[in-house]
This record gives sequence, C-alpha cells and structure tokens, in this order.
Amino acid sequence: MNTDKEIIRAKGLTKKFGNFTANDNLTFEVYQGEIFGFLGANGAGKTTAMRILCGLSSPTSGEISVAGYDVYHEAEKIKKNIGYMSQKFSLYEDLTVSENIRFYSGIYGMSRKQIREKTKSLLEELDMYNYKDKLISSLPLGWKQKLAFSVAIFHNPKIVFLDEPTSGVDPITRRQFWNLIYKAANNDITIFITTHYMDEAEYCDRVSIMVDGKIEALDTPQKLKKKFNAENMNDVFLKIARRQ
Amino acid sequence: MLKVQNINKSYADVKALKDISFNVSKGELFGFIGPDGAGKTTLLRIITTLLLADDGSAKVNGYDVVKDYLKIRKIVGYMPGKFSLYQDLTVLENLEFFATVFGTSIDENYDLIKDIYSQIEPFKHRRAGKLSGGMKQKLALSCALIHKPKVLILDEPTTGVDAVSRMEFWDMLKNIQKKDISILVSTPYMDEASLCDRVALIQKGELMSIDTPQNIIKLFNKNLLAVRADNMYKLLLDLRNFEHTDSVFLFGQYLHLTMKNNLSDKKLLNNYLANKKYSNIEIFDIEPNIEDCFMDLMGGVKN
Repeated sequence: MNTDKEIIRAKGLTKKFGNFTANDNLTFEVYQGEIFGFLGANGAGKTTAMRILCGLSSPTSGEISVAGYDVYHEAEKIKKNIGYMSQKFSLYEDLTVSENIRFYSGIYGMSRKQIREKTKSLLEELDMYNYKDKLISSLPLGWKQKLAFSVAIFHNPKIVFLDEPTSGVDPITRRQFWNLIYKAANNDITIFITTHYMDEAEYCDRVSIMVDGKIEALDTPQKLKKKFNAENMNDVFLKIARRQ
Repeated sequence: MLKVQNINKSYADVKALKDISFNVSKGELFGFIGPDGAGKTTLLRIITTLLLADDGSAKVNGYDVVKDYLKIRKIVGYMPGKFSLYQDLTVLENLEFFATVFGTSIDENYDLIKDIYSQIEPFKHRRAGKLSGGMKQKLALSCALIHKPKVLILDEPTTGVDAVSRMEFWDMLKNIQKKDISILVSTPYMDEASLCDRVALIQKGELMSIDTPQNIIKLFNKNLLAVRADNMYKLLLDLRNFEHTDSVFLFGQYLHLTMKNNLSDKKLLNNYLANKKYSNIEIFDIEPNIEDCFMDLMGGVKN
C-alpha cells in the first residue's frame, strides 16, 4: 500500500433486487496503489458490487465514490478513470494485437501520437512486438490475458478492476501475470481483483471476504490467518464461508 | 476400464493432442491436470465418442470408441464443461428425460444419486435455467449418473467454482468412486491433483507425467526453499538477480526458490538478503507440491 489516499470509498453500499439483498451495507475503503482482493463464494454478491463500483449499475443506497467521483451522478467520469478486465471478455478476437490497443486507447481518448509511442514500448516490454499484426484469436490464452491487462491500464487509470483474470491460465503465466499486477501497483495504480485461487489471495495487500451479500472479514492476509487461526488463506476462506 | 493408445488430434495447423497413451483401472479416480488449451476437452470428447481422433485407439470397457460407439454411450456418464441441460425444463423433468433416454427410471437408480440429488430435490419443480451455479452442477452430476454408468467423465467440473463448493464437489466424487464407478476428471486447479488416485499432467497437447501425486512429487529432484521477507515484490526482483538462483516463483505467502547446481545454501541466501537490508527474513526447506512439479516439467523459464 503506497499512500493513504482513498480511491474507493464505500459507506453502507446496499443493492436490492426486489426482496433480495445482493449487497448488504458494505463499508470499506481501497487506497491508492493497493492490491485489494475481493473474495467470496459464488453468488455472494461480488459481481453486483463490482458493477456498481464500475459505474454500470446504481446502488439502492449508500455513499460511494470511486476515483473521487460519485457513483450516482458521475458514473461517466468513473468509467473514464478506471480500467476493467475479465476472464470471459477482454479483447476482440478478430482484431489484431495492435488494432485492439488502438481501439481501446481511442475509446479512452488518447491521441494517435500517444497511442503509437506507447504501443511500441508496451509490446516490447511484453516481448510481443513481432506479433503485433497477429489476430488475438491466434494467441495462447496466457498471452491474451497479459495483453488484456496491459490494455486495461494503457490509459493509466487510477484503478483497474480484474474479474478472475487468471482463471484457467497455466501456473507460470499466472505468476507472470502477477508480476504485471505488482508492477502496476508500484506505479500507483490501485488493483481490485477477484479470484478463486486462494494462493493469489496471499499476494494481496488486503482482502475482503463476502458471504451472502455481507463483508464478513476484511484485513491483511497475515492478520486474517492469525485471527482465524489458519495456516493459509484457503483455510481462512473455508472457515468463514462454511460457518453459514 | 479405459485404454488410450497413441492418440493424435490436430485442428488445422494446431496439434491439440500429441501421442497420448494411458490407462484407467476399474474404480480409479484419475485426474487430468492442465491449463486451458492443454487439450483436456479434446481428449475427453474423443473418449466419449463425440470426436474422432486422427489416429491411435481408445477403448472403454473393451469397446472401441469408433466401432462400438453406441455401446460406449450406454456405459459412460459425461458432464461437459459447459452447462448442457435443458434450461427450460425443471430439475425433475431434466432428470426424468435423461433416465428415459437411457431406458431406466429415477426410482431404479435413486440410491446412486440420493446423496447429491436430495440436496436439490426441494427445488425439483424449478427450471434448470433458474438454478444457482452450485445447484446446476449437482443436477448435471445427477443426470450424468442416472443410468448407472461404469465410467464417469467430467470436464472441468470445478472451474470458476469457489473453494468451499470445490471441496464439497470432491467429497461427492469420492463417494461415487466407492460405488465402483471409474472417474476421469479434468481440472486446471493443481491443488486438486492430490485428491486423485493418479494424475496425468498435460500441457500443450503433451502428457508430461502420469503417476500417483505422491510419486510425481518424489520425482522432483531439486532442493526447494521457501523464502519470505517484508516487501515480497522487491524480494522477487532481487532474487531473480541473485547469481545462484535457478528458478524463483511466487507461491502464496512465500517464494519458492531453487539454486543452481542444486545448491541449498541458506546461509549464502540469507547473507545476500541481509546485505540488501531486508527485514523479517524467513528461509526454510519445503516439500514441493504438484504445482512446483508442473512448472518444473514445463521447463520453468526464469521469467
């Protein structure tokens, strides 16, 4: 955690669908440059909360700001200041590597010159310059995911939301992916990530664990392990999610 | 129960499976461990007679997957990776449908599915499309078992599933195994390997290793060290530049490190880190797990 500047501030975030409360009074902050793990069982309400934080859905109640903007009135500004990537959809398969970069950075309003310069340095860094004219569909999954992450932070957002970014990726590429995450966090980009790999929960600065719409635990992995008398985060997760 | 010999399969220029051979015994729980794109689904589809191999042979309970495919379909239960039941039929209707197609009834084999099905039975009049992920999974498993198959084949049943539900799912598999059903299951989660009797590690269409999880770990012939200190990211970068480092990877709360020439000099390592002013340094020997082995077999590039 680099600074104590709040990038997400959620106070009493609540979302109801009819009688069903998907997010029940969530209160938490996420800081600049922090890697924040957002964990929970399937159906616990993670996606609902994430959609609200991305400005895609309005909460029923609560005070929530992301990157300094209010989710009720400034959703469009939020969208410009965040990055997003998921396992399911990230890049256009029938566009090339450089076309995808041009497309996304164009959407975020970067100039042609900026895009040109940054594309070159990015592809060299990823060791993918020779593949710049290849279709995304021809790349291995691990490459796609690394590229998708780099594209998601290409416009230098304050925060990037990652929804199970490493699902199904081989163990070496999964670790290379985490190197990219660490590097981005070191450059003051806040990382908000969901994952089902509990070893990855250990890589986060802090994690929250959601159960049935509520945040049941929120702390550093070290403190959570101590508190729940657990050997690793997998045990912590099982203890919390199974209590119900 | 299952005999696969020299199977090859290509899609255009891509070799999806390269010379795959292995056997599964009766009542065995056999795991296919590998990432997306390794070839797991292709292989399972060949075994379930849904796809033809380019060459090689596969036999299920003595039946050939090409010549005797109709016989195989009667004795195999298959749960594909994508939820493939009828979304607009109810739980009960789906189960009745599959029972009828296989010429049996729910009553006849209720015992076999009781443990699993009883958990969703209270919702038996709900449409399958309206079920939660965990309930869909239980229904799919019940449907795959309703004709009392000799072999159960599951393609990534736990992908995208949370840690608690994953554990419950494996408990169910263990119970099914006790009923003398052979199980072939694929997964990208390396930690699930230890729950199988034997596993095959697969990467880019090639089998890297087939053995019991214990033996695979035994064959890891390097000294492995666990290292941690304050500021893990910096530690990772510094250890990559350490002249004696062979490989170093993040592993939960620790880094796993092997040294060149199979050295295991904790003092040398400690001095290096102490010189760099690290605090709370921890270094100790650690037993490898399947993921260490997998990465080592992949040719663990130091990157």
